Amino acid sequence: MAAMFFMVTMALYFAATVSYLSYLLRPSEALSKVSLGMTAIGFASHTIALVARMVVATDVSPPGFQEALSFVSWMLILVFLVVEYRHRLHVLGSFIVPLALVSLVSAAALPETVPTLTPMFHTLWVHITLSMLGTVGFAIAFVAGLMYLIQDGLLKSKRFNVLYSKLPALDFLDHLNQQSIVTGFPLLTLGIITGALSAEFSRGSYLNWNPEQTWAVVTWVFYFVVLMGRLTVGWRAKRAAYLTIIGFAGVILTLIGVVLKSHGPVS
Amino acid sequence: MHIVVVGLSHKTAPVEIREKLAVPESRMGEALTRLCSYQGVREGILLSTCNRVEVYAVVDEIEAGYGRIQDFLADAHLSLSSEQLTPHMYWHQGDRAISHLFRVASSLDSMIVGESQILGQIKEAFEVALTHKTTGIILNKVVKKAISVAKRVRTETKIAEMAVSVSYAAVELAKKIFSDLSEKTVLLVGAGEMAKLAARHFIASGVRHVRVTTRNPQNAVELANRFGGIAVAFEEFREDMASADIVLVSTGAAHYLVSEDDVQRSVKQRMNRPMFLIDISVPRNIDPAVRHVDNAFLFDIDDLKARVEQNRGGRLQEAEKAERMVVDEVVIVRQWLQSLEVTPTIMALRMRVDDIKRAEVEKTLGRLANLSAPERELVEAMASSIVNKLIHNTMVTLKAEVNSSEGAAFVEAARRFFSLSDPAVSNANGSTSSAPETGHASQEDIRNIEEATPRAGSKMPDH
Repeated sequence: MAAMFFMVTMALYFAATVSYLSYLLRPSEALSKVSLGMTAIGFASHTIALVARMVVATDVSPPGFQEALSFVSWMLILVFLVVEYRHRLHVLGSFIVPLALVSLVSAAALPETVPTLTPMFHTLWVHITLSMLGTVGFAIAFVAGLMYLIQDGLLKSKRFNVLYSKLPALDFLDHLNQQSIVTGFPLLTLGIITGALSAEFSRGSYLNWNPEQTWAVVTWVFYFVVLMGRLTVGWRAKRAAYLTIIGFAGVILTLIGVVLKSHGPVS
Repeated sequence: MHIVVVGLSHKTAPVEIREKLAVPESRMGEALTRLCSYQGVREGILLSTCNRVEVYAVVDEIEAGYGRIQDFLADAHLSLSSEQLTPHMYWHQGDRAISHLFRVASSLDSMIVGESQILGQIKEAFEVALTHKTTGIILNKVVKKAISVAKRVRTETKIAEMAVSVSYAAVELAKKIFSDLSEKTVLLVGAGEMAKLAARHFIASGVRHVRVTTRNPQNAVELANRFGGIAVAFEEFREDMASADIVLVSTGAAHYLVSEDDVQRSVKQRMNRPMFLIDISVPRNIDPAVRHVDNAFLFDIDDLKARVEQNRGGRLQEAEKAERMVVDEVVIVRQWLQSLEVTPTIMALRMRVDDIKRAEVEKTLGRLANLSAPERELVEAMASSIVNKLIHNTMVTLKAEVNSSEGAAFVEAARRFFSLSDPAVSNANGSTSSAPETGHASQEDIRNIEEATPRAGSKMPDH
């Protein structure tokens, strides 16, 4: 049953993505309602799929990578729906829904991994959940940064097109960027600590510098610098937008590291 | 009798010259009286605002008139010679002078096209001239017409909306940079009309913190009070800029007041919080290089206007519509002016033949002393009839040709044939209303004249 709901979810997210992207290019606001409707139904279907999966799973083995990505996708949509509800920011959907779709499709495309039941599976659960929540935070920061740069560019070049009218104020995007990092960073920190702990238990060392761990540490240091820069020397606005976009590339590389660890030569 | 304008404006002269020529209100009456004391200047009105100083006058001869008015402008200022003024002046006569006045009144020649202040300034200038009796039949009519044209332009085009919508566009742009204006600070530099309007729009949109600076500290305090803000010393405003999220600049300075470095420094002090800079000054007061500063968003008056035009879509440019109205109205006034030249001619002609008739009738009746009353009347009637028949065709032709291009030539010919006096003399009386009392020009004549120029007569406003 879960599989069926996943398929339905994917189809709805796909339709919502197409709809949201065309919304971006048309002056009319009507498409946003259709898109939001599809996203909301997709989200409900997604939730059912996730719950069904948990109910069906008899063991308490930690989630595989697909489930983790599926969770990221679900969280992204959840955050979007909350922000949309509070700020009526339709255009955010044009950026987050495609990202959630990519995340969900990646989950489906990857070969299923068989999670190994380790003595520290509780820690692993926590590690994966926290890391993914951190990832969601950085994904939102990335989207906010991207939107910031587009709006900044439009204002600077004085091109007042449809996109300009739909994108929100720069300081809102900068604030969203900051909030996302401020939320994502502690989650990533805890995610890395629990990851190191579980690694110590399973392999006897906190760090063995595999691609996953290397990129996780590099990403953590990067976001630490970004956050400190913002709080102390004013790395905000355009610079923050650039940095969070670069940082998100690090997050993606970390995730690729995870895939490599599970499937590639490193494992 | 020619209507001329001599003056300079923000388009031709820097503020340094304009402010030297500006005539304070308190000395306006004296200046007007002096203007009309010049030889050959029959009527005069003086318009003095921060953006223009202009003299509209009715003079006997165009070239001489230009010279006298320019002397008048230079005379008030020992530091300026007439020659020094020349490169900044413009001179127009006839239709072009009238068209210029109409354009000025309609705010088409303003620094901010569509601003309404200029119309009030023209009304004031006109009132002062009326008080000091320096205007006559021509300027009274033309200035009143200018005021009505300006009103027509304001009601029939969206030109006034332009000025309002420019400040609206500024607020709308600000909202794409700052989501909540209530916590933002506006710094108003200079007291330009447009900047004040924009500041009011920002306050209406929720801005609560306003800082004001002008070269004259008194003005800054006054404006700050009006906006519930704080006055800042003009010398220090660049340092103060970092505290402002929105900087509105509109001064008369002819150079850049805010440099790229100033903005760079402010943005740094603000820890890269975005700044919105609006330069409403012409010429510009913020160095356009500020565009290259990250997190600083500079918009000048043209950018805002372009935004306004874009909001309108493909609609006809309102200013063009207004320009066409001005052209139409100038034609109407020209016809009226031409008829004005024919009117005294016809009246003089009437007076001349009546004088001859009366003299001849008296002479004849003196010799025929024993005529009965009906017979005397018969002689008088015959004299009238001859005279009327003789001049009838001339009168009809004059009326008919009044609007033709040769109208003036016909008038000239009639004056020579009947050796009529100088038109200015009869015109100086200013009015035709005394005619019926003297019996020299009948009411019918005047009615005929008015019928001959129906467009001019009916469309002239008299209020």
